[in-house]
Amino acid sequence: MALLEIDKITKRFGTNTVLDDVSLTVDAGEIIAVIGRSGSGKSTMLRCINGLEPIQGGRITVDGMQVNDKATDLRKLRQQVGIVFQSYNLFPHLSVSRNITLAPTLIKGITEAEGREIAREVLQRVGLEEKLDAYPDQLSGGQQQRVAIARSLAMRPKLMLFDEITSALDPELTGEVLKVLEDMAKSGMTMILVTHEMGFARRFGSRLVFMHEGRIREEGPAAATLAEPRTQELETFLGAVLH
Amino acid sequence: MSYTFQFRDVFAAWEFILQGVAMTLYLSAVTMVLGLAIGVACAAGRLYGPKPLRVLVGVYVESIRNTPLLVQLFIIFFGLPSLGVRFDATTAAVITLAVNLGAYATEIVRAGLEAVPKAQVEAGHSLGLSGLQVFRHIVLFPALRMMYPSLASQFILLMLATSITSQIAVEDLFHVASIIQSRTFRDFEVYTVIGVLYLLLALVFRGGFALLYQLVFARR
Ligand SMILES: Nc1ncnc2c1ncn2[C@@H]1O[C@H](COP(=O)(O)OP(=O)(O)OP(=O)(O)O)[C@@H](O)[C@H]1O
Ligand SMILES: [Mg+2]
Repeated sequence: MALLEIDKITKRFGTNTVLDDVSLTVDAGEIIAVIGRSGSGKSTMLRCINGLEPIQGGRITVDGMQVNDKATDLRKLRQQVGIVFQSYNLFPHLSVSRNITLAPTLIKGITEAEGREIAREVLQRVGLEEKLDAYPDQLSGGQQQRVAIARSLAMRPKLMLFDEITSALDPELTGEVLKVLEDMAKSGMTMILVTHEMGFARRFGSRLVFMHEGRIREEGPAAATLAEPRTQELETFLGAVLH
Repeated sequence: MSYTFQFRDVFAAWEFILQGVAMTLYLSAVTMVLGLAIGVACAAGRLYGPKPLRVLVGVYVESIRNTPLLVQLFIIFFGLPSLGVRFDATTAAVITLAVNLGAYATEIVRAGLEAVPKAQVEAGHSLGLSGLQVFRHIVLFPALRMMYPSLASQFILLMLATSITSQIAVEDLFHVASIIQSRTFRDFEVYTVIGVLYLLLALVFRGGFALLYQLVFARR
């Protein structure tokens, strides 16, 4: 069974249809790069997957749990789905360690000491072990974003969603975050990334999804699709971002 | 002008004055705790509660903020007994002040809660936390820090407003002043001394609040 199944979903804000008949199936271990113009519905699709936005039609199933079902405990579902945002959204009043241990200690009932071990381990994975006791405002943007990734990893999710997580960063800071994503890709994590980093999508994406006006306009193997787009819209889009 | 100042009679009543100070401090402290509790509960109700609760809290806040404190005090002390609900003067004073402060605190707390970015709340939910956990661990502390200056000012206004309870013979600082005045007829001296005492109290509160802020909110 696929890890994620998006089946003909519709998402409207008022009368504005933002996602229209979108379907996507993701197997464990896949890395999906989502690209498309501003406003095409990329963020909204990610937010629907973990139930931050309700949908008006269709079905989303994550690891056998249906997102848009009253009987589903969204909290359980969200423990399986990590999401990292463009703006990091670390909790400013909590130390790096507490940012990471908050959810595991509150939800999984582990002790603060055990939590701290987990924090140490996930920070090591993003190369920031020495920042365990720092506060978010003492970190650079790139470091904050890596902590945000570590915070998600601490819940041991099966699926990670990334929404333009390098867009607010300077080029050199972008590099250090991409490095973390690379390591995660190699470790077999299932990921969906909304990104403008075409190089990354080409090298690590198993599939590319191009969104256009609320629909998936084109989908295929990442490298091949980027090299030879089949639709005029993707060709135009790539022409605009690559030059 | 041939008036000779004479503070001796006023200062002679220092023990009496201290009792008044103690009562004013007691009224202020109890009311602040109760008023803040009411404020947090009502703000949460107004923001996250079901529609009827939100309306109810709105009615409470607006009716308190748009009527005089003295009228509220008289309704509770002189009005409620007609309905069979009777309080002694100090209890009536505490209830009135707490209800009054609660309304102002509700608005301050609500503004503070609303000032916490929605993205913070979403990040909490995305980690699998419940609404209550998000409120308790992610929203409350930054919100309190943001609302702290306004709350502190409101608390000091409340401390000064406790003087109104002398109207129902609560023996606060102002009531004590009136009694000393009626004994000595040293109006100017009495009220100046009492005014200075209120000023000192306000300064002490301000200092205390600043210290508390340093201890609780200004880490590092
Ligand atoms: N909370 C909201 N209320 C109303 N409309 C919204 C809301 N969020 C998004 N939209 C609309 O939905 C559409 C898709 O937005 P979305 O943020 O998903 O686009 P995007 O592809 O992520 O764009 P970008 O590259 O700029 O991030 C836009 O037209 C946007 O105006
Ligand atoms: Mg977006």
